[in-house]
Amino acid sequence: MRKSLVMGTSALVAVAGMAAADGHMASDMTLVSWGGAYQASQQNAYVAPYLEMNDGVSAVWDESSAEAVAKLRAMAEAGNVTWDVVDVVAADAIRLCDEGLALEIDHDEMLAAAPDGTSASDDFGDLIVSDCFIPQIVYSTTFGYRTDLVGDTPPTDVCAVFDLETYPGMRSLERRPINNMEWALMCDGVAADDVYDVLETEEGQAQAFAKLDTIRDNVIWWSAGADTPQLLADGEVVMGSTYNGRLFSLIEEQDQPVAMLWDAQVFDLDGWIIPAGLSPEREARALDFVRFATDTQRLADQAKYISYGPARMSSAPLVGQHETLGIDMAQHMPTDPNNAQNTFLYNYEWWADYRDDLDAKFQAWLAQ
Amino acid sequence: MTDATGPIKAADGRPLKASLNRALRREKMRALMLIAPLLIFVLVTFIAPIGDMLFRSVQDDITSRTLPQTVVALDGWDYDSGSPPDEAVYEALYYDMFFAAEAKKHTALGSRLNYETTGISSLFRQTGRALDDMGEDVIEAMEDNVEALDDSAFWAALFLTEDPVDAGNANAALSWATSVADEPVRLPEGLQMSVAGATVFPKAAAQYVAFAAFTHTVDEDVPAEEDPWESVWIAMAQDTSDAGFADRLANYTGPGAAELAPLQEAVAAPLAELSFQAAFLDQDEDWADAEIWGTIQAFSSPYTAGYFLTAVDRELTPAGAQVVEDDVKIYLKLFWRTLWMSLAITFSCILLGYPVAWLMANLPDRSANLIMILVLLPFWTSLLVRTSAWKVLLQQQGVINDLLVWIGLVADDGRLALINNATGTVIAMTHILLPFMILPLYSVMKGIPPSYLRAAKSLGATNWTAFWRVYFPQSVPGIGAGSILVFILSIGYYITPEIVGGTKGVFISNRIAYHISSSLNWGLAAALGTILLVVVLALYWAYDRIVGIDNVKLGG
Repeated sequence: MRKSLVMGTSALVAVAGMAAADGHMASDMTLVSWGGAYQASQQNAYVAPYLEMNDGVSAVWDESSAEAVAKLRAMAEAGNVTWDVVDVVAADAIRLCDEGLALEIDHDEMLAAAPDGTSASDDFGDLIVSDCFIPQIVYSTTFGYRTDLVGDTPPTDVCAVFDLETYPGMRSLERRPINNMEWALMCDGVAADDVYDVLETEEGQAQAFAKLDTIRDNVIWWSAGADTPQLLADGEVVMGSTYNGRLFSLIEEQDQPVAMLWDAQVFDLDGWIIPAGLSPEREARALDFVRFATDTQRLADQAKYISYGPARMSSAPLVGQHETLGIDMAQHMPTDPNNAQNTFLYNYEWWADYRDDLDAKFQAWLAQ
Repeated sequence: MTDATGPIKAADGRPLKASLNRALRREKMRALMLIAPLLIFVLVTFIAPIGDMLFRSVQDDITSRTLPQTVVALDGWDYDSGSPPDEAVYEALYYDMFFAAEAKKHTALGSRLNYETTGISSLFRQTGRALDDMGEDVIEAMEDNVEALDDSAFWAALFLTEDPVDAGNANAALSWATSVADEPVRLPEGLQMSVAGATVFPKAAAQYVAFAAFTHTVDEDVPAEEDPWESVWIAMAQDTSDAGFADRLANYTGPGAAELAPLQEAVAAPLAELSFQAAFLDQDEDWADAEIWGTIQAFSSPYTAGYFLTAVDRELTPAGAQVVEDDVKIYLKLFWRTLWMSLAITFSCILLGYPVAWLMANLPDRSANLIMILVLLPFWTSLLVRTSAWKVLLQQQGVINDLLVWIGLVADDGRLALINNATGTVIAMTHILLPFMILPLYSVMKGIPPSYLRAAKSLGATNWTAFWRVYFPQSVPGIGAGSILVFILSIGYYITPEIVGGTKGVFISNRIAYHISSSLNWGLAAALGTILLVVVLALYWAYDRIVGIDNVKLGG
């Protein structure tokens, strides 16, 4: 009864066209995000406009997305969920949905359709990787390299990471198996389509570790997204993996002698979830906000502030210039055809199964 | 003086001993009352949460809670046989899993069991999606031949009643539903399970009651307005295959008796073909894998030693506890590394802190205060800032290496690796924990009268003898206090090793953090934490036995 009432309410509100705070919606929201430039892009692109449109509504940020899964679980156990809308990566959204901690979303009903009438689920397409997940952006984990340390032949291929002869020096890789295992196999002659089939077998895992062994003494393992940009800027590493938005700000905003190696970039998604078990008023507010924040124009607006691709197909043509640098953002998007010649999509379902096992092996391998 | 041999009495005539005891007890009570606020505060905010967290290391009732009937049915199955369990187990699994999927509890169980056997997570998730389609033919036959079943109200009339005479005991079904849904479910006020309906369809009645209670309590819908789940249909079809079903239906006079007459004949053919085992295997052949069933069986009791076994590089398998493969052994190594690196940090703190404390205790107040400020200044700076500063200093293109290259001590291509390894962790943590060594040392040294050293020297001792035989023994309690502080702090340190430790300088606490915040394996994190706590307590005990805790002083 309660759920249908809420759905009814939010549908009604939607029909009424973003009515200002009415009696059925809470007037405070706690938004959870990652802090830094990314959160700023959200604030500028849709939080501030939303608050402007809705008099009397206030929003506070909590920069806890990195620990969102654990914290939400603890809140749910304590019976006191204080968050309303939470920004998480897709893998975490799947985990939260599995644990019953996130609200299941009816994408077509709860999210705005594209301007041309395409339904939300078609507009987002395959990016809806979980019933609870509301995609926002496509980002990629890719490599950047020091242009002054790679000699006359800048790398064009991800396998340069494993080529110590041509590109001597340190590299930085993330301290977890995800992505590294895939790159290792691809550079050991496994076709991209077969990577997960190979990685399922003991021999395949051994093969990946053997490949990583070849560069092991030349790797600095990072755990925070800011590590690789710092290591590149200080010349500690020749090349390193990180999120493409971090490299964008290193190259374009901080003018460091660094270039992008888009080859074999791994696409990943980031988006909203709404915690399960909110009161009807808070849930209605959260849904109302998310509906606005993930419409076609808002997602395109976000690309003015950060070089992550909007998750809606209909947003792509609307991507314009960077708000302060004034440069064209389209060419810096991971989804731009020039950058996306060789891409890899992170296989969520596969990693949900193998993550625990492979992480144990990976950590044991690191500790050897 | 009338009773010289009796007990001595107080002024009020009571025995003195009793009176004294009373007075003492009152004193004690009063003292207890005074500390009660603190005691209760500590209990509620510190001891209880820690106890709760530690308890998770053995608690593991999710399997028996989510798949209660399956666990019971699986009891007779033998893992060593290597063959999949029989049809009864798959049937129990179907009903448990169906309800669990409706309550969205099956994926949480899948994640839990995936810690033990890779692949269970997606197996449960995908199977949960496919359950609706199992037994499609049976349900179609029912829909085609008994049209009344399309009416939600028909089901409610059949299995629920307001008549107290007809009311049956639905406790078994309700406690099953409560267990799977993990929250108390009950039927709507005034409604009971109908005995008449349950006599004809025992399985279906139980399933319907569970469905109705869940719909009412969790979904907050009216059961009579909701279509029953497919599992209720299947249960009804299964009831018709009982030997005495025809007679029971013939005797039944409740609502729907006439409509249900064609049911048995209609479902006979598709029901004969229905095999839960085949349906599950059709969905995923892993359901025939003895490993999957062995894992469910091994983790079916409400308490487990599994987390503790994992925490010491063992694993609980269907065949008992075993040492894990070499390629995943990590925890014992990390425990060992945590201990010896904490010791190394403690010793370097003693080496660096002792002279500083001595200087502070012996210099004139003005200079001593200056040093004190210098000791405390980093103490007031954010931990993260200090750790990040070490990064700038220690990295290969960093300040220290640049300096060493500049003065020619190391070659430009042979820069030292001072960070992202154990060295980095020891350096950064020694710096961060140094004040915890200096402060107790200082306060103890401040209490050692300088005249003792002068007396020793005037009696002919050399500087070294006077220090070693007279001064140093008196400063040992300070070393003890500082060492305990530094050692215990460093054993649980997390953020600094994470940032500067690379792969060879991380501690067990980094794994605990990973399992708390990333893998969500809180049971394992709790087990690791418990072991860490026990190790610290054991070391403390050993310290007390060897050095004596009375010899520890935080102040002169």
